[in-house]
Amino acid sequence: MEPVLDNLDLYWSGFLRSLGIIGWSLLGSMVLGTVLAAFRVSPVASLRAFGTAWVTLVRNCPLTIVLFFMAFGLPEVGVNASFYVFGVTGLVIYTSAFVCEALRSGINAVDRGQAEAARAIGLTFGQTMTQVVLPQAFRSAVPPLGSVQIAMFKNSAVVGAFGVGADLFSVGKTLTSAQGYAYIPVLTGVAIGYLVITLTAGVLLGLLERKVAIAR
Amino acid sequence: MSRDRTESVLYDLPGPRARRRALVGTVLGLLLIAAALALVAMRLADRGQLDAELWSPWIDPSDEQFGAVWGLVRQGATATLIAASLAIACSLVVGVLLGVARMMLGRVLRVPVVLFIELFRGLPVVITIVFVWRAMVELKVDLGFLPGEAALWYLVIGLTLYNSVIIAEILRAGVLSLPRGQGEAARAIGMTERQTMSSILLPQAFRVMLPALISQLIVILKDTSLAAVIGLGYLELLRRGNQISQVLDNPIQSLFMVGAMFIVINFALSRLATYVERRLSHSSGSASAAEAVVPAT
Repeated sequence: MEPVLDNLDLYWSGFLRSLGIIGWSLLGSMVLGTVLAAFRVSPVASLRAFGTAWVTLVRNCPLTIVLFFMAFGLPEVGVNASFYVFGVTGLVIYTSAFVCEALRSGINAVDRGQAEAARAIGLTFGQTMTQVVLPQAFRSAVPPLGSVQIAMFKNSAVVGAFGVGADLFSVGKTLTSAQGYAYIPVLTGVAIGYLVITLTAGVLLGLLERKVAIAR
Repeated sequence: MSRDRTESVLYDLPGPRARRRALVGTVLGLLLIAAALALVAMRLADRGQLDAELWSPWIDPSDEQFGAVWGLVRQGATATLIAASLAIACSLVVGVLLGVARMMLGRVLRVPVVLFIELFRGLPVVITIVFVWRAMVELKVDLGFLPGEAALWYLVIGLTLYNSVIIAEILRAGVLSLPRGQGEAARAIGMTERQTMSSILLPQAFRVMLPALISQLIVILKDTSLAAVIGLGYLELLRRGNQISQVLDNPIQSLFMVGAMFIVINFALSRLATYVERRLSHSSGSASAAEAVVPAT
């Protein structure tokens, strides 16, 4: 494990960089995914169709192709940005489709009778939404949303492999190909870094799930 | 009560005014989407990305490169399908063993299995593949006894490590979703634990699992393309697409075509999964229980 211990500072900065990718993608995919979910359940047919098309296309396309498209396709039409921005944007686009579906499944899990009862006792549309439907929808959306986001944390390694630079994955590349360390210890260090992220996230998600679980 | 698809928990049945508003919204939305698409198309045309010479090797049979392009695509698609089928087959075998081991071994013996599952479930699959590849090269593991090139097997082993633990978990969820009475009745009529598992629980769990397994095949198909990102020398579809785009200097067009192929195949598979799920849920109650474990990311 010497290569890891000698380069702990490098690993640490790579770890933080990966957390940065994850943080931005989490924020972006939640926002975009929520907008898409709103489209998909809206009474406006064209927005619904747009949401469905987006989810179908993005979900069935490998993340790698989305990333290649960002990094090599967009410059061809004059859109230039750093690999970091391209990488995070690609991950946001990819994850948004899954976030949208998780949220939609939450909304669909709410019993129709709930909304009907709310209307029957005279709540307005806004009250029905904010007091009755959405709180329940959010609770049932937490477990799938959590799995989607943990999958995104893991996918951040693909963004790293893609050449963002200086993130946890790239640290492995730098230490082995540029500095000639053996692969096994170096990659073990990288793997531990990702495990720390995903296992911690799993534990936190478990706590959150217990907190919001609906007692039925 | 009738419940058509567009009707949701969120709204009452629309009256004439709401319908009118929805119609106005639909038209406005259409205009907005059309405007966005037009902007994209104009930008593409502006940069010469719609020029015939960039597309014709892909779509014009009379183009002299058409044959070569599709020859490479055929090789790449074959390579992708070989890797994906090997990976799903191996994952299924290893996954069932792991899942059964986790369910049947005692509290102590189970620990290594659980650790193995948690380890590979927590690791990004791209890291697993790189690790398998580099470690096997470094340890000089000889895969010569296996048919095909070594790079194929690095990819297959990496994908199997990840997907087998997912399948093990899907299987476990499938068994847990069965009514408790199934196992209890089997034990009550004197079946051993093994008989209960193999002739009562597993066959039912497999049925419940089928849609989730098809979804997992989509994940595997998508993940074969990771080989192109990490520089593993396995020439699957995306890598071939990149080769083509380098020669023709048309990344947008080539990625569009390769992406479209993935989307079509995966879309068909996901429809199949939905269809199977619907058929199964007609006959048994809890078909979607296994689906909830892992979203197909």
